[in-house]
Parts: sequence; C-alpha cells; structure tokens
Amino acid sequence: MKTSQFTALFGAIILFVAACSPQGKVEQMSAPMPAFDPMPLSMIEAPSPDPRVGLAGGLFDAEEAIWNLEHVSFTPPPESFVGEWNSDLAFKGNYVIQGNFNGVIIWDMTDPTSPQLVNDYVCPASQSDVSVYGDLLFVSGEGLEGRLDCGTQGNDSRISEDRLRGIRIFDISDIENPEYVANVQTCRGSHTHSVLKDPNDDENVYVYVSGSAPVRPDEELPGCSAALPEEDPNTALFRIEVIQVPLDNPQAAAIVNSPRIFDDLEAPPSHGLAPADLAAIEEARAAGAVIVEFNGSPIAIPDQFVERLRGMYKSEQGIEGDLTEAQEEEFRAGVPDMVGSMFGGADELSNRGPNQCHDITLYPEIGLAGGACEGYGLLLDITDPTNPVRVDAVADENFAYWHSATFSNDGKTVMFTDEWGGGTGPKCRDTDPMEWGANAIFTIGDDNKMDFQSYFKIPAAQTTEENCVAHNGSMIPVPDRDIMVQSWYQGGILVFDFTDPANPVEIAYHDRGPVNPDELVTGGSWSVYWYNGYLISSEIARGLDFFALEASPFLTQNEIDAANTVKLEFKNAQGQPMYKWPASFALAKAYVDQLDRDPAMSEEMIQTLRDGIYTAEMTGNMDVLMDLAGTVSANASGAHADKMNKLASTLQDLAQG
Amino acid sequence: MKNSFFITLLAFTFLFTLQSIAQDTRDLSPAELEKLYWDRIEEKLSIYTDADVKFMEDMIVHHSQALVMSQFAPTNGASEEVQVLAARIINAQLDEINIMQRWLLDRGLDAPNVEYNGIESTITMLQPAKKDDGAHMSDPMMDKDDAMMMHGDMDHDDMDHSEHDGMDHDEHDGMDHSMHMDHSDMVGMLSLEQLAELRDAQGPLFDELFLEYMIQHHTGAVVMVEELFSYDGAAQGVSTYKLASDIQVDQRTEIARMQQMLNERVVSSVDE
Repeated sequence: MKTSQFTALFGAIILFVAACSPQGKVEQMSAPMPAFDPMPLSMIEAPSPDPRVGLAGGLFDAEEAIWNLEHVSFTPPPESFVGEWNSDLAFKGNYVIQGNFNGVIIWDMTDPTSPQLVNDYVCPASQSDVSVYGDLLFVSGEGLEGRLDCGTQGNDSRISEDRLRGIRIFDISDIENPEYVANVQTCRGSHTHSVLKDPNDDENVYVYVSGSAPVRPDEELPGCSAALPEEDPNTALFRIEVIQVPLDNPQAAAIVNSPRIFDDLEAPPSHGLAPADLAAIEEARAAGAVIVEFNGSPIAIPDQFVERLRGMYKSEQGIEGDLTEAQEEEFRAGVPDMVGSMFGGADELSNRGPNQCHDITLYPEIGLAGGACEGYGLLLDITDPTNPVRVDAVADENFAYWHSATFSNDGKTVMFTDEWGGGTGPKCRDTDPMEWGANAIFTIGDDNKMDFQSYFKIPAAQTTEENCVAHNGSMIPVPDRDIMVQSWYQGGILVFDFTDPANPVEIAYHDRGPVNPDELVTGGSWSVYWYNGYLISSEIARGLDFFALEASPFLTQNEIDAANTVKLEFKNAQGQPMYKWPASFALAKAYVDQLDRDPAMSEEMIQTLRDGIYTAEMTGNMDVLMDLAGTVSANASGAHADKMNKLASTLQDLAQG
Repeated sequence: MKNSFFITLLAFTFLFTLQSIAQDTRDLSPAELEKLYWDRIEEKLSIYTDADVKFMEDMIVHHSQALVMSQFAPTNGASEEVQVLAARIINAQLDEINIMQRWLLDRGLDAPNVEYNGIESTITMLQPAKKDDGAHMSDPMMDKDDAMMMHGDMDHDDMDHSEHDGMDHDEHDGMDHSMHMDHSDMVGMLSLEQLAELRDAQGPLFDELFLEYMIQHHTGAVVMVEELFSYDGAAQGVSTYKLASDIQVDQRTEIARMQQMLNERVVSSVDE
C-alpha cells in the first residue's frame, strides 16, 4: 500500500469511528504540538566547541558542563567517608547503596532532590563493589587492609587471621540497620562480583567472584594455591569462583564450583592435520630444518630463530666457534625444551588464557553472561548457574584490559569497556588514541558468535590531571533503542545511543573540571546507572549525583516518559535486568515519535496517529486505538515492520485495558 | 521535674548518638568540607612501609627501561602490530612513572628519574617541594628543574628506608657513585648486552626480540608486585595497593598478548 493510500485509509477510519461511536460524542481532537520534532541522530549537533574542554578545577567548586541532562542533586559523603573513594552502586526499593573503600553508605532517594543519609557503615575494603538480592547485601573485599571485624587499622602482617578478602554478606531486611552476618573468604579476594538468580531455583542465589590480585598464602587461607593446574588441580589461577548463597541461611554460603572458563583459549590454529601442511613440514625436515612439536602440531623453527637458540646453547655450554656434529645433534635434541620454556607450556605465563576476569555481567533472561577477562571478552552460557560455559571469545589489538560488559536489552549487541591503565591514569587526553581506553561494540549472532562493529570513546579531551577511561554504566530503558549512560571517571558521565552498533552517537553529558587542577588526584564518576527515572552517579571524591534526562529532538519527552514507566524493585548493574514496558500512552507516543524520526510514515499519517492517541487519552474512549492498531499492524512491512507491530500491540493492549 | 530532666537528657544523648552514627555533611560549609577532604588525603600519605617505597623506586627504574626498549620500535622496522604495542607501553608506563614519582614526592621522599641516552641511563633524584601550609601536593614537573643530579648505580637492595618519617630523605646511603649503569640484577631487567642487541636488531628479528625481551621485562614487574605483597604491612594504602595491583594485572595481560603474538609468528613462519 502506498503511503498516500495508507493516510487516506487512516483518516477515513478515524472519521468513521468518530461518527459511528456508540456514545456518539467522541470527536477527533488534535494532539498538541510536541516541544521538539523528532530528528534523526545523523542530524545531531553537539555544542561546539565542546564546553567540557578546559573546565576550571576544584573539589566542590569545579566548573561544570551539561548537555541534555538536568542536574537534580549533589550530595557530599557523610563525615567518616570524606576523603575515601566512593565506588559502585546497587539499588533496592527507594534506597541507593553506595560502596566506598571505607565501607557502605545507604541513602533514601524518596526525594531525589535531597537524598537522605540513613546509614554509613564503616567497614573498609577495596573496592567495596556492592550488590543486593532480597534481604541480602553483598560487598567485595580485595585489598590487603580489609578486616573481618571491619576495623580501620588495616593488617600489619603478611599472614593475618583477621584479614578479609572475599565477599561480605549483610542482612538488610532492616535496610537502615544492616547486620553483618557472613563472609566467604576467597583465595584472590573479590575485586568485583555478580549476583545470579537462577529462574529455576528460589532457595539460592549465586555469586560469581572475580579477583585478579595475587593469591593469598596457604598459611592465611588454607587450600589457597598459586601453583600451576598440572601441579595442583585446585589452584586459584585460571578460574573464577561460584558461591552458592542459601537465601534463608546466608551463613552457609560457600564456594560450590571454580569453573575453568578460560581453558584452551589461546590454542593457535591447528595446522598439523592438513595434508599440505604436513607435506610442507616434511619438506622442511628433509631440507634440514629443526622441527618441534608445539601445542600438538609440528612446527618448523625459522632459521634465524634456530641461530639464536644455537647461540644460547653455545653460551650455556661454553662452546666457542662452530658446533661439532655431536654437539649439533645434542643441540637439536634440546630445541623442543628450549622452545617450550621460551613460549610457555611450562610456566604460569603461558598459553592458558586469562588468569581471571575483571567483571562478569550476567543476563539471565537471555541465558548469557559477558565476561571481561584480562585480554579477552568472553560470552558465557549461564543456563546452568554453577557451570558457566564459554561459547565465544574475542580479543582486540586496541584493547589493553577488558573491564566490563553491557548487553543491549534484546541481547543482540554487547558492549565491552577497556579500562586501560586501571582507572587512575589520564587516558582521555587529546594525544590518546580514540580506540584506546574505549568501548568496543559487538553484535551477537544467532550462533552466539560476536562480531566487532565499532569503538566509542568520550569525544571531549580531558586534561592530564584527570583520570579518565571507559568505566561502568547501564542501559536506559528507552523503548526500541539501545541507549546507555556511562561513567568516564573525571571525564564525567555521558549518554550514548548504539542502536546502530556500527555508529554510536553521544546524546547527553555532564562533566566537572579536575578535582585538583595542579595534580592528578583520583576522582570522577565510578559508576552511573539508570534506576527508576534517574541517572545516579557515584563520584569517587565528591559524593552522589542525581541526573534526569532532558528532552531533545534526539530523545523526546515521550521516549523519556516511556523509559520512566519501567519500575524496578532492585538493581545490580552486573546482574542485568531485562526491561519490559507496560502498555502506556507514553509508550505508544514514543513509538510514534520514533516512526516520525526515521521517518517511516508521512507527516499526515503521524499526525493521524498522534491525534487518535491523544483523543483516546483525553476522552478515555479506546475504540479509536483498536482501529488504529489494526491498520498499523496490517501495514507493518519493510524496515519498520517490527516497530509498527510493537506500536500496534501497544495500542491494542491499551484499548483492551 | 527530675525525671523529665533525665528523659530530656536521654533524648538528647540519643539524638546526639544518631547524629554521630549518620553524620550528614550538608551542614558543613563548602570550605569546611574541602578542608576535611584534603586533611584526610594528607593523613593517608603517612600510611606506607619501607617495602612500598622500595617498590615505587624500583618500579620507576624498571618502567623506564621499558620506555627505551619501546622507543626503538619505530626506527628499527618493527611491524605495525609491534609498533602499536610499543606505543601503548610508552603511554602506559610513562603515566605510571609520573604517578609513582608523585607518590614518593607527596610523601616527602626523593623520587628517581631515569634518563636514557641511547642505552646508557642516568638517574637523577627529584626532590619534594618544601611543604608549606595550604600546599597539599608537590608538582614533579616543577621539581625536575631543581633535581639533584646523581650519576651512579642505584643498588636498590642496599637502599635504606628504615626511618621513613616523611621528611629529610636527601641522602641515600646505599647509593654508590660509579658510572656503571647495569640494572640486570633487578628481576626482569635487560642487561646492557641485551639492550644493545635489541637496539641493533631490525625488522622481523627486532619484533621477535622485542616480544621476547618485553615478556622477560614484564615478568619482572609481576614478580616485583608479588614480592611487595609478601612483606608485612605492605600495600595497605589505597593508592599503593591500586597501583601495584593494576601494574600486576596489566602486565600479566600484556605478557599473554605478547606470548600470543610470538606464537603466531612461529606458526606463520611455517606457513610461508
């Protein structure tokens, strides 16, 4: 059907409905003009020059730049947390739980313009990564200073029975008075962790522990071993830990599995079995080349390399001049061992894949997890929570250190961050490449294979006095779009759209000048997550910020309103929730705005839809919607078919109440 | 009267206790809050051990050698892949050297600064700015101008940090003043001979040698972190732990990457 025919039909239906309505009093109303006409992202023009460049510094009085966001509130930390690093966030009901290297801070966000402090629980641990589930709060401890008794004095000996490295568990059934009820000590401590609720198990939750620090001595935590897997199958290396926590008896929490999700990651492509390769090897052998078995395949050692090995052999044996025939024979016999020791196979730093993950984002609704594990991004099947299985792995020459993962709501795209330099370095200077310390976006195919699409990095250069690199964030539930809010430490926070994974676009930001303009002092946003209508940011040095989205042609008020219909009871960003939108007028109007933006329909058609929805909303007469739904659905085809069907079913759901 | 007075007193005590449990800072003036913050930062500077100091000093020298190794890449015909790696090593380790120098200077300690002329290195000692009220930090860039030149071998094993009062570290008794600059006694460090070999290597041979030597070099850094963590009371300060831990993880990750690059080279040479 042609656009004009479609419009004509729409108009006719509206007239017909209005005329034949049983009540006989529904008149077509005209929807008010929206504040902004939706415009495609390709037309976006960010403020220029970028006001984030060259902001004046200061701890509590730094200059700020803001675009398409409203700064709802800023709250400094409670007294005992001033000067201590704020870290990650979790949310439960109307409470924000803010991790801090000195403990945990709990805020009541009932009034987001003025969050109220309800508890500041001093219990030092780096980095106090926090998660909630039900009445339980989980806190990570990795550093050497953490104590079982929450003391602030640290641990002054290498072996300490007072040290806590692992997971602390609090009962927060009375959230204003958390009770410290259990610990699970782990061999490498817990840098971060992720909480997984198995849809088929209501008695337990599972905590995946990521810890990358050196292994604790066996004298401190019996059973901890930093040996190689073949020497000690229970080594703490090359594995993650899965803790099972019985919900009604958290004291019984224990490690139930340490899966080796990294095994054989780096195995080079097999050349041994191909006849042509075998022939090539035999030819090389006949020509006198040195052949060794390497990772199960015969390899001809390049002559240059053999020459170096021969040199090493000579110096070891104290031989001057050429080798005798016997010496040459002995040298050749020893080559496999020499190669083995140089290329690994015998030491910790060999072909075993990553030693640990930094962070694992669990997305139980799609049965997958994104593991950011040292030099790799992994995709894990987590349908069996205690036995995660690797289904794909990617590496990237521009990625130094895979830090965290975030899935698009439909699970078809995954974004990994590269926390190059660990978060305390100034990696967003105009001299730092845009591919380094950035995000990398991959699509996930039906076969669960990841396919690289693009990099995205904060486009505003920061000073050398601002630590800045890609860090934590979460999806914002704008329907049918992949929009994420993300922390960049002292680069501030930003909102970007990666609905087209090959072309991510920044659409909003907030930034402050450096904490100290004369010297790099660690600060900036550690995490920013969307939670029930707000973008809530944990600022390392300064405190807690609340932001709200502001409408623009690139994100309309209807789209923001639709996002805000999503209400969560709790949130851990590393246990990604799937957003679901209840049928609402805001949702219908958001879809219409998006169809207008693309544009998928003529202006007349869009106006007909807007007027019909407005009429129904104002009069409560839903018949109009049912007919609109039928027509939209009947005409859903081509590139916009999916969105039109979503609109149709929203209209239908609204009509049916 | 007596009773009601007592109850009022109790109520006040209770309120006061609540207040001290959950001390909101919004009633502090920005200036008071800011002072509290910088005082705390200043307080934390005193949390360190001799092992922490030695780690920083050694790692500055260690990282500096990675810089000179990496600087050969563009001129010695390294592959693009190795050039990217080398550029990233320079970027990362230069930043970390700055952080470690500041770590020492902020604690009132001298900080080594290594300059290379070819493969010959010279160590100068940066000195902390004299502390005066209100200046919470020192600026190493400024300090570099009046750095005390010390040509000589830094024998880190002999460095004496037994009294780290945060002041007066003008003299390092363990330093001798010879011109011999071979750090190969520090774990992972390349000998002068190895550095010369790398300097003279070209093309694919350079790539191979660079990867091999950088793996050796990085492995040293990983060992240094593990060694640090084995000292009583070491790395208790957040900035110390974070830096050491990040170095350990980053270098281990990079070792794995370089290992893979080396493996691919062996495999592809079979293909040719």
